[in-house]
Amino acid sequence: MNSRQTDNRPGLLSQRQRHRSDALIEALHTAQEKHGHLSVEILGQLAEQLQLPPSLVYGVASFYHAFRLLPRGEHHCTVCTGTSCHLLGSTALLQKLESNFGIHCGETSADGSLSLDSVRCLGVCGMAPLVVLDGQIITADSASEMIQKIFLPLEPPPTP
Amino acid sequence: MNCDELHDRRLFLQKELSTSGLKVSVCMGSPCIAAGAEAVLDALQRGLGDLAVQVIGSGCMGPCSRGPLLRIEQGSGAPVYYEKMAPDTALLAVQAHLNGGKTDCNVLPAELPFIAGQQRIVLGNCGNCDPESLDSTLANNGYAALARVTGEMKPEEVCHEISASGLRGRGGAGYSTGVKWDLVRTARNKRKYVVANGDEGDPGAFMDRTLMESDPHRMLEGMAIAGYAVGAQRGFVYVRGEYPLAAKRLRRAISEAEKAGLLGRRILGSAFSFRIQVRIGAGAFVCGEETALMASIMGRRGQPLIRPPYPAQRGLWGKSTLINNVETFGCIAPIILKGAAWFSSIGTPGNSGTKVFSISGDIATVGVLEVPLGTTLRELVEMAGGVTGGKFKAAQTGGASGGCIPASHLDTPVDYESLTALGSIMGSGGLIVMNDQRCMPDVARFFMRFCQDESCGKCAPCRTGTQQAAKLLARITSGGAELKDLEQLEELCLLMQVSSLCGLGMAAPNPVLSTLRWFRNEYEEHIRSGRCPSGVCSNEDAL
Repeated sequence: MNSRQTDNRPGLLSQRQRHRSDALIEALHTAQEKHGHLSVEILGQLAEQLQLPPSLVYGVASFYHAFRLLPRGEHHCTVCTGTSCHLLGSTALLQKLESNFGIHCGETSADGSLSLDSVRCLGVCGMAPLVVLDGQIITADSASEMIQKIFLPLEPPPTP
Repeated sequence: MNCDELHDRRLFLQKELSTSGLKVSVCMGSPCIAAGAEAVLDALQRGLGDLAVQVIGSGCMGPCSRGPLLRIEQGSGAPVYYEKMAPDTALLAVQAHLNGGKTDCNVLPAELPFIAGQQRIVLGNCGNCDPESLDSTLANNGYAALARVTGEMKPEEVCHEISASGLRGRGGAGYSTGVKWDLVRTARNKRKYVVANGDEGDPGAFMDRTLMESDPHRMLEGMAIAGYAVGAQRGFVYVRGEYPLAAKRLRRAISEAEKAGLLGRRILGSAFSFRIQVRIGAGAFVCGEETALMASIMGRRGQPLIRPPYPAQRGLWGKSTLINNVETFGCIAPIILKGAAWFSSIGTPGNSGTKVFSISGDIATVGVLEVPLGTTLRELVEMAGGVTGGKFKAAQTGGASGGCIPASHLDTPVDYESLTALGSIMGSGGLIVMNDQRCMPDVARFFMRFCQDESCGKCAPCRTGTQQAAKLLARITSGGAELKDLEQLEELCLLMQVSSLCGLGMAAPNPVLSTLRWFRNEYEEHIRSGRCPSGVCSNEDAL
């Protein structure tokens, strides 16, 4: 997606997307992929380029769960809290992670090493309960094994 | 290419396939990948490169929790399935077949009901064709229905055929697909749109993911046929943000089909042009509601609008828009090829065809099942190997908008009307089985909190209703409630049902009301004794 970008200054929109208000969500996805989160500056630039009011851009970015307005940690752990995962212990798993790292779901640890999040069903219920660690869906027989994986030195996330 | 070239290409590919010897498929659905299928495929491709073996990464084979799955076909014999493959065991299995035998290691019995009991129509190509290869789809009859439609049929004939088949929307509401198509066809807009709703937000539902990942061309073909029938030139597939693999494969499929002249301008040499774009959602359950979905496609907050006007009258950018579920589009090509009479002979009167279910929870085999409508819940549970960890207690259908069906109604045929009569809904086809260790008020609370999180905030009955209902449920599960709280909860639920703006708020009380209907004693037990009889809820759990 990035290869299509031609504007070097903000580098947020492809030629195809410029001045197209319906490209906003796609543009937010692209910007988040590139910058990790959507800062006020980025949202402002997008508003300018798409010729939309900044309030509308902020409104859309804050409406959808997938968009992050704050920076996230070096590693990112998302616990699936879909029905199957709930039945098979995701709540306890999330609580354990929260207490281990001293953060709440949706927060980043003080040293910036890990952010914790939850998602409502990844549709991969065969392996419940599930965790997504740095973009990889992890299956584990037990919750403790997964936590172990998170505590161990992590492999660098795969380069896209 | 034109219709004749497509026909020749198909014959060539089929001939090539029939002479290729052993055909080995490794399931490349998300669950199998999560279980390590990529390493298995890689090992087979490296290790068997020189032998007379065709190795492909295929779509979903069904029993997801037994992955990574391997399927070996030899000549015209029945395929043999292997479960829980690792690179070394997969190589051993293929080598055994090459030597004319088979291995017993991790082999699935040929009569395994999960596989043998299915009637796969929508998922007909899933598991035996490569979702990342157009040729593989073409060899399996892909785009034959589109060729027939653009070459031989008038738009009204297509609509008539779909109406006659009795196909009803697979997204949950069960509206007649043919009638919907005809509404859009006769609308007087010059510009019209076709939208595939792939925002499969119900927790525990993964049928649409399966189809989009495993056979993207099937859905694209269905959309193009719909475009031809209603007079639209553009289509959108709205895919959940949580399904990156589905989006990737759809984009690839669209580009391949466009290059081959099967989508895009002047399809198959006809005067019909149809472009399809993929739009990615961003994690909002409410976008499964059609007016919210359209707002999201147009780049806005996914907040629903009051209907009417329906999308068929005024949809995307004010124009007539046809919105169907992914699975509905998956039914189209077989109906065109085999005829409406064939399709309506499957299932029960008024509920024709098959339905794909995703079964999960306390069940031996989690995965995707396609069966004729009217199959009973008991049959579905038995096909999946039965309940684990205890006795059957309830099956939850329809996700956050559905309800729980108790053991006393296990013999209910699964169709639109029967499930509604039991206080649940068909929904999109997610089926979560629960054993007798589960606490039903906890399940109700889980869904209510889900709806609270996902409420878009536009109308008060849903925005504050879900919050208050979740509070009352938390009070009940944590043991601090009184009997009058239960009455208040019921009253609030009924109020939300009648006064919410969209389906999310109207259906949010369903899990509560249905568990109250069948498992009221559990609620009362929580209140009376101040503790959870199943030992699931914790006292510190209050909001």
